[in-house]
Amino acid sequence: MNHHARFILGRIFFYAGACLFASFFVLPLLWLTVAPFNTLATLSLSLPEEFSLANFRRVFANTFAIRALVQNSVLQAGGAMVLVTITATLAAYALSRSSIKGTDVITYGLVLFSSVVTGTAAMVPIFLMIHGMGLIDTHVAVILVFTGGLLPAAIFIMRDFVDSIPRSYEESALVAGASPWRVFNDIALPIVRPGMMVIAVWAFVNVWGGFLIPFILLRSSGKMPAAVAIYSFYSEAGTPLVTLTAAYSLLYTLPVLLLYLFVNWKYGFRFFGGIKS
Amino acid sequence: MQRRSILSLPAGLLFLLPAGAFVFVFIILPFFWIAAVSFTNRTLTGRTALNPEFVGLANYRRLFDPDRFFNSGEFGASLILTGQFVFFSAILGQAILGLLLAWFFYNHRGWVQSTVQTLAIVAWIMPDVVVAFAWFAFLDRDDGTLNQILSAIGLGHPDWLLALPMVSIIMFNIWRGTAFSMLLFSSALGSIPPSHLETASVAGATGLQKLRDIILPLIRTHIITVLILITLWTFNTFTPFLLTGGGPAFQTEVVSIYTYRTAFQFFRFGMGGAVGMVMMIINLAFAIVYLGILRSQKAHA
Repeated sequence: MNHHARFILGRIFFYAGACLFASFFVLPLLWLTVAPFNTLATLSLSLPEEFSLANFRRVFANTFAIRALVQNSVLQAGGAMVLVTITATLAAYALSRSSIKGTDVITYGLVLFSSVVTGTAAMVPIFLMIHGMGLIDTHVAVILVFTGGLLPAAIFIMRDFVDSIPRSYEESALVAGASPWRVFNDIALPIVRPGMMVIAVWAFVNVWGGFLIPFILLRSSGKMPAAVAIYSFYSEAGTPLVTLTAAYSLLYTLPVLLLYLFVNWKYGFRFFGGIKS
Repeated sequence: MQRRSILSLPAGLLFLLPAGAFVFVFIILPFFWIAAVSFTNRTLTGRTALNPEFVGLANYRRLFDPDRFFNSGEFGASLILTGQFVFFSAILGQAILGLLLAWFFYNHRGWVQSTVQTLAIVAWIMPDVVVAFAWFAFLDRDDGTLNQILSAIGLGHPDWLLALPMVSIIMFNIWRGTAFSMLLFSSALGSIPPSHLETASVAGATGLQKLRDIILPLIRTHIITVLILITLWTFNTFTPFLLTGGGPAFQTEVVSIYTYRTAFQFFRFGMGGAVGMVMMIINLAFAIVYLGILRSQKAHA
């Protein structure tokens, strides 16, 4: 009997603790999941009297918000994603397969430098360099700076991936007389494609959510990505914009959650969480 | 073992070139550029924008001027706030809560565990501005969810962002980043052979004794890894800016926000460069310790 009582007490303790942890993570987001569907939402948490999509219609009618989301954010995150994925794959392949000396030192040196030269510590020289190139207030500036910042971690993850692939196919192709580019393109590339997918998703999500770089490099409202648009909505304006911002935030978050689910379903969480800049 | 390399030296260098160019321009060059700028009086507009003058250590002397170093809104005060922010939100908050979560659900894998874990991960992967906006609403004095709950149980309704700004960004950062520590500690606990703990149970050890005498020593390197990484990230994060803007009255002005204000609100790039330089030196110290640990781990493996 005593044993039985202890078991029940243990169960109660477990579920109570789990509820406590769950509410800690859920409560701050609860409002954001309800407010977008309530046309009369204030900052107060309450169920809408009627479920409505009117807030989303207002978002789609707002040209500034829509351009920021479907044009600027997509362009900047997509551009950096393509550049990071291609250059990181080439570099990781070279670090893994070439006769260059000291590739380990290069790889670790990269990671060291990138954790020292962070976006916040380096905002002054990055701004001055972009200013010097005459690229202030351009999409290209945002894409280039993000690419440079994400590359070291991308190369690091990608190199791990290439290292884990057996060399025998590439070696036999080489013996058969294929050029290095053909060996890379026809044999290695199809095998490392899952790794490239992970890098692509990771880079996209990082740029999509990035705030500081576009915030300091862009000036005209027509080029702002959604991250900066949301900040300007809630920091500069008053409550009238609350419903719009809530709906907009949800739309902006959706791709991140979907990509996470996709990577989690396809490759497991490990890749996604490996390194977060 | 002599291994034939698949890529020849020239081909390898060609493959490295594009990434190398990006890394050189946007990572290595800024490191040296910032050192150079920090010795000048470079500004955005005016005479010193085009022809900045060499001012030696003037920016650093101004930054570390003992007469005002610890005054509100100055560099020393900002460093102290950053220290508090890192200590309470990362080291005490994220690491301990992450360990607690990992330990709590150890041996309790199932839908309850995966639900809580997913919720923590959602808080971690959502974009900065969205979580900042959500917390902005959550902490609102009159209508926020937190105060709705607190006043319902008779605990009053403080104006979090104005009266307790540092507490607010600390809570925010714990909530935001605990998932990383939790995931790393969970996988560390998963690698402990169950037989270790069973022997201890047979010997009559309590849960806390097992945690202290068996689990913690076995996952020591994981703990150090977590502590260094979350310290580095929290030290460099700009996200508190999205919640408080560094205010009110500089009360949450951590160094990242201090750099931003110096460089982009006052446009004193020389000075901002000096702050960035100090940040990088601190980052370097952490990174070197971390790399040392990684290498010794690899040597053991």
